[in-house]
Amino acid sequence: MGMTMTQKILADHAKLDEVKPGQLIMADLDLVLGNDITAPVAINVFEDLDSDKVFDKTKIALVPDHFAPNKDIKAAQQCMQMRNFANDQDIENYFEIGEMGVEHALLPEQGLVVAGDCVIGADSHTCTYGALGAFSTGVGSTDMAVAMATGKAWFKVPDAIKINVTGELPEGVSGKDLILDIIGRIGVDGALYESMEFTGDGLKSLTMDDRFTIANMAIEAGGKNAIFPVDEQTIEYMKEHAPGKEYKVYEPDEDASYVDELDIDLSQLKPTVAFPHLPENTKVIDDIEEPVEIDQVVIGSCTNGRLSDLRKAADILRGNKVKEGLRVLIIPATQQVYLDAMEEGLLKDFIESGAIVSTPTCGPCLGGHMGILAEGERCASTTNRNFVGRMGHVDSEVYLMSPESAAASAILGKIASVNDLRG
Amino acid sequence: MNANGRVFKYGNDVDTDVIIPARYLNTTKWEELAQHCMEDIDKDFVNNVEDGDIIVAEDNFGCGSSREHAPIAIKASGVSCVIANSFARIFYRNAINIGLPILECPEAVENIDTGDEVEIDFDTGIITNKTKNKSFQGQAFPEFMQELIEAGGLVNYINKDLNKENV
Repeated sequence: MGMTMTQKILADHAKLDEVKPGQLIMADLDLVLGNDITAPVAINVFEDLDSDKVFDKTKIALVPDHFAPNKDIKAAQQCMQMRNFANDQDIENYFEIGEMGVEHALLPEQGLVVAGDCVIGADSHTCTYGALGAFSTGVGSTDMAVAMATGKAWFKVPDAIKINVTGELPEGVSGKDLILDIIGRIGVDGALYESMEFTGDGLKSLTMDDRFTIANMAIEAGGKNAIFPVDEQTIEYMKEHAPGKEYKVYEPDEDASYVDELDIDLSQLKPTVAFPHLPENTKVIDDIEEPVEIDQVVIGSCTNGRLSDLRKAADILRGNKVKEGLRVLIIPATQQVYLDAMEEGLLKDFIESGAIVSTPTCGPCLGGHMGILAEGERCASTTNRNFVGRMGHVDSEVYLMSPESAAASAILGKIASVNDLRG
Repeated sequence: MNANGRVFKYGNDVDTDVIIPARYLNTTKWEELAQHCMEDIDKDFVNNVEDGDIIVAEDNFGCGSSREHAPIAIKASGVSCVIANSFARIFYRNAINIGLPILECPEAVENIDTGDEVEIDFDTGIITNKTKNKSFQGQAFPEFMQELIEAGGLVNYINKDLNKENV
């Protein structure tokens, strides 16, 4: 029986000719990631292991991004614990705040992941790197600790859902709308334990940033990973960000088997929002009948804080004012994105429109800091989760959408799409 | 090995943000995490839970974040086992890695309510609702995971391997 892209990468990393769904394997890892929330737990576990040194100081990435810049004394202690560990172990890819970014935007930008890699991260959105044709998945801190010591992780070989994409995205619709549409269709456990393997002619019209956004939210459908085939755009991206680094292109076998198939015509997609409190509660924005007024807008995160996301938002906000009384936070995902946005004049557009611009951080996405919601408040956000209490008070609400829609919502003070600005 | 306790029952998609809200992730101390377990879905949980008690839930328990703080908070609060129709995959890994027993058994979930007294035999996978006098067969772990659990979690399992390499 043929193998999927994911199965082929796992087989190679387990030094096996073939793997089958359900098989438990031990695989070699190309990169192990942790952040200031998950790495401290992992470091505690690492100290219980009969191993003093990490397996490879070049293959571990430690990123203080969740509660960094340090939000309080306890967070500062956690960041210090990770920093000390990085120093003691001589970890090459530790990113202090002057060179940091939100981990899943930062690692591809720094060229730390390429096609064909097998990557784990102690963060659920590690699935982002599937955009590059790598296998990458989120794990917990104990897995991270063991992986730092051994360079290995155990996996159950997943089945796959094939997502066949055709057509081209209409104006004002982007990768975020596509992944929200998919999660709305299959549900928050629709891909549980499975790979989401993308294929089809429509993929060529999706930018790398669109693909990162889509792969990033595979976990919101319960998926183990998402993966895109490698094309010219992927190769261009790797040339720019990881010059000279060896990569391997995998393609699914023609007779690979899939537990399910989904067909998506990009031209039929519309600006989409996920209502509280699950990413599967999706609606087409233009179909909302009762206006949903908002108190805050967040544009940023590992899902949508990249340069193209900020460009889209700035194009809409430029020359406009955010609705009076609304709090609008723009959070570039990395220092490089911040710098590029500054050089392009985007930060000026944001500030003149009445938004604020923050240093890179996960911050409000997980209710950490920099924009916590009070009781009963609503936020339009380009982040990835809208669970109960996710961005603050247990009775606050988060509405997930694209940067274009979030910018339109910022101007109108209610959940809106770019179509509402034309009216 | 057996577990025996009263049941706290919840619905579908109990996510890691309600199991342990992110505002408490600035600590790695098990006992501090336990003090806020289930806070955003059931404020009274921490006041009512006793050693050995059992959480029962429907589909996709533990969805969302990879925070190991979630199974840690549950284990440190005294819970002896989580039974659900299904678990989110990272939560499943984390629970096994830290040695929190979890069982998938939709039949048991359907026939257990909050407050019922339930006994679980981990060797056989049999779940008994003593209040309703009914028994159910939970799914046994694959052999590899049995080994992990018997070793006392992934750390002990790997230490055995590391020691072998060092010999």
